[in-house]
Amino acid sequence: MTVTPQGLYCVPGGFHVDPWRPVDRALITHAHGDHARSGSHRYLGARAGKGLLHRRLGADATIDTLDYGERLRINGVTVSFHPAGHVLGSAQLRVEHGGETWVVSGDYKRAPDPTCAPFEVIPCHTFITEATFGLPIFRWEATEQVAEDILRWWDANRALGRAAVLFCYALGKAQRLLAELAKLTDRTVFIHGALHALLDAYRDAGVHMLPTQPVSQVEKGTSFAGALVLAPPSASSTTWMRRFGEHETGFASGWMRVRGNRRRRGFDRGFVLSDHADWPDLLRTVEDTRAERVLVTHGYAEPLAHYLHEQGVDAAPLATPFEGEAED
Amino acid sequence: MRRLADLYETLDQTTSTNAKVEALARYFKEAPLEDAAWALYFLTGQKLKRLIPTKLLVGWTQELTSIPGWLFEEVYASVGDLAEVIALLLDARERPARTEELPLSVWLEQRLLPLRQLDAAGQREQVVSWWHAMPRRELFLLNKMLTGELRVGVSSTLVVRAVAQVAGLPAPSVAHRLMGTWTPSPTFFRQLVSQDVSDSDSSRPYPFYLASPLEQPPGDLGDRAEWQVEWKWDGIRGQLIRRKGSVHLWSRGEELITERFPEIADAAAALPEGTVLDGEVLAYADWRPLPFALLQRRIGRQKLTPKVLAEAPAAYIAYDMLELGGEDLRSQPLRERRAKLEALLEDVPRLPVSPVVQAATWEDLATARGEARARNVEGFMLKRLESPYLTGRKRGDWWKWKIDPFTVDAVLLYAHPGHGRRSSLYTDYTFAVWNGTELQPVTKAYSGLTDAEIGRLDRWIRAHTREKYGPVRSVEPEQVFELHFEGIQSSPRHKSGVALRFPRIARWRTDKKPQDADTLDSLKELLHASG
Ligand SMILES: [Zn+2]
Ligand SMILES: [Zn+2]
Repeated sequence: MTVTPQGLYCVPGGFHVDPWRPVDRALITHAHGDHARSGSHRYLGARAGKGLLHRRLGADATIDTLDYGERLRINGVTVSFHPAGHVLGSAQLRVEHGGETWVVSGDYKRAPDPTCAPFEVIPCHTFITEATFGLPIFRWEATEQVAEDILRWWDANRALGRAAVLFCYALGKAQRLLAELAKLTDRTVFIHGALHALLDAYRDAGVHMLPTQPVSQVEKGTSFAGALVLAPPSASSTTWMRRFGEHETGFASGWMRVRGNRRRRGFDRGFVLSDHADWPDLLRTVEDTRAERVLVTHGYAEPLAHYLHEQGVDAAPLATPFEGEAED
Repeated sequence: MRRLADLYETLDQTTSTNAKVEALARYFKEAPLEDAAWALYFLTGQKLKRLIPTKLLVGWTQELTSIPGWLFEEVYASVGDLAEVIALLLDARERPARTEELPLSVWLEQRLLPLRQLDAAGQREQVVSWWHAMPRRELFLLNKMLTGELRVGVSSTLVVRAVAQVAGLPAPSVAHRLMGTWTPSPTFFRQLVSQDVSDSDSSRPYPFYLASPLEQPPGDLGDRAEWQVEWKWDGIRGQLIRRKGSVHLWSRGEELITERFPEIADAAAALPEGTVLDGEVLAYADWRPLPFALLQRRIGRQKLTPKVLAEAPAAYIAYDMLELGGEDLRSQPLRERRAKLEALLEDVPRLPVSPVVQAATWEDLATARGEARARNVEGFMLKRLESPYLTGRKRGDWWKWKIDPFTVDAVLLYAHPGHGRRSSLYTDYTFAVWNGTELQPVTKAYSGLTDAEIGRLDRWIRAHTREKYGPVRSVEPEQVFELHFEGIQSSPRHKSGVALRFPRIARWRTDKKPQDADTLDSLKELLHASG
């Protein structure tokens, strides 16, 4: 595999993986914008992610799918998708040719997530890992703990007659939050319009979440006192916020692990919750795959590669425009 | 310690001023006096100095976590706060959720302050044992105290409001009692909130009254005759106190600087008992202020040799009188305070009175403003003649009307990550101007852009990086910025040969190409204008 101006390319197979420019044949790990880009001639992805891929790439995009674990030969190269535990339908791509195995992880996490199939360890010779949170300060607490903190925050605001507006990425995090909170309560949550269609895709896939109501369908002048509202971070400094009256804001993201990241953006509360692997899980995963060579993409590719290298792993950063959670 | 951690968390998690004052007041009401005194110490921005060198703290963290030095640097560049970095890295191990609770005063008096008596090995043993036994948020606070960085992000005005609320006193009385040096003790806190008005500390300054920048045309201030106009001196604001046989000179940062300026202290010794003046410390010779750079050089010196004193002789230009004969004059109108000031300081060497600028109309004044640079002043101070001496920054009676800043168009050359709350963004920049066909870095600047612009520039920087040097990136020389600055001086320490004072970004000149940027020669021409 090599990197071409279009993206990661498998030479014998003649296909690209998560290309950033239009190509003839694109194999896609998941539906986030930095991995799934429109304009390619035809796509191949995991079946569980088909609905989301169509929403990202357009209803008329040509998308073939494989079940997790199902193998397909392309020009003598065997490919298969395996759960990455990142978001609904997210996959690692396994590529085998002439006895050499590569795994492109896309984005992944090891923490349990009720909205998608859990990460599967795929032994390989070369592992391409992400490093969105590839610094040793990034460690996640148990998801149940974070969900309880969020519920407590919602309740505290409810008691004061305020709305609680929680920002989170529209694809993946919002649904995971709604699924985790569904274990603790059954109250309805208000949602920003950007989340609406994506929630349907998750419901179609049978994911159980709290009932939701789009903010846009609420009658004008209705009070949001005591409500929980989910919205993408891009809504945070817009006039859309005005309707909520007195409210507190929160942001659910791995970046909230660092106090300055929350303060800079002016959120009242930060909840540390990420759909990416934290530092210990990145190291554990690299070890689990027993890969001889590790290539590192996203955010902190350089420090993670450097660290692995010092630990005796043949590792190097791989330059890609993948963004991780910043753009998800 | 837990109570302080709760307070810190509450303050950190709200942007509402009222909620902050409420949380502070609740703390002061509920905490034991000895804890409240220490909390107040930190909340008013004071810190424990020289407890443990940060180098040692970093070293111990690396040993405990097996993090190599370069990775620690990388983490620090991304977080920007050493206390937080250490707390986050140590969070790797299982942490106790709740631990033995010690009062804040015990932490400080029996644990932290005694660290000074230990050698490095003893300090290590102590600190590491605490690190093992604390939950993360308390560990973070402990580190903040150890590194002397504990700032809580509330302004002293809010702290004063909260104490005043608890004590049932007017805020200015509390502000006054908090001035100067005090030891965080139960006695001090009891006196602070007591209704008894007698005040024993003779060195204590009054809170300074601060002018607001004039944003409207001066004509809007009304009748010119109601205003006293002075030059705005470019020195160190100071309060000069002559009480009980001694002299105290306080800087606006509430630091005692008497010993830095022996000639002023000597001159003030001749003042009558119970005198307090407000004014400015300047480098000053032949009844004329010298450039600020000279004063700065003097402040930088450890030892005041006769040579230093001769090179940059200091004077105290007095512009207000707050106390005379032990009587607090602050409620009297400026007109009367000024008359007393002039009568007292007629021809006292080293203590000149700030002259009143005699321009009959606002228009004449605007013309006179042109002289400001040649006089080494920053512009005008406009003070309402009927105004009392207020506390803090209250708009309306005192205005500063600054001369327009110098400007230069420069090219962005290097980007540095920010610190603290801007730790994941490139927020500090190095700018260059043309020296022949080369771009010569001339200054760093980090303020002036909006958050949105910083975000946009950050993305541009990441996409147009040429090289990385540790956390610093060099970028394609494409972006032009208009910088403002207050002065320029020649500087052999800078490769460009010049140093700018208070440089900041005025605007992002997306309309300009790098070849439109200014030259080093044109910048150097300003050296004369700037004096
Ligand atoms: Zn993703
Ligand atoms: Zn990604």
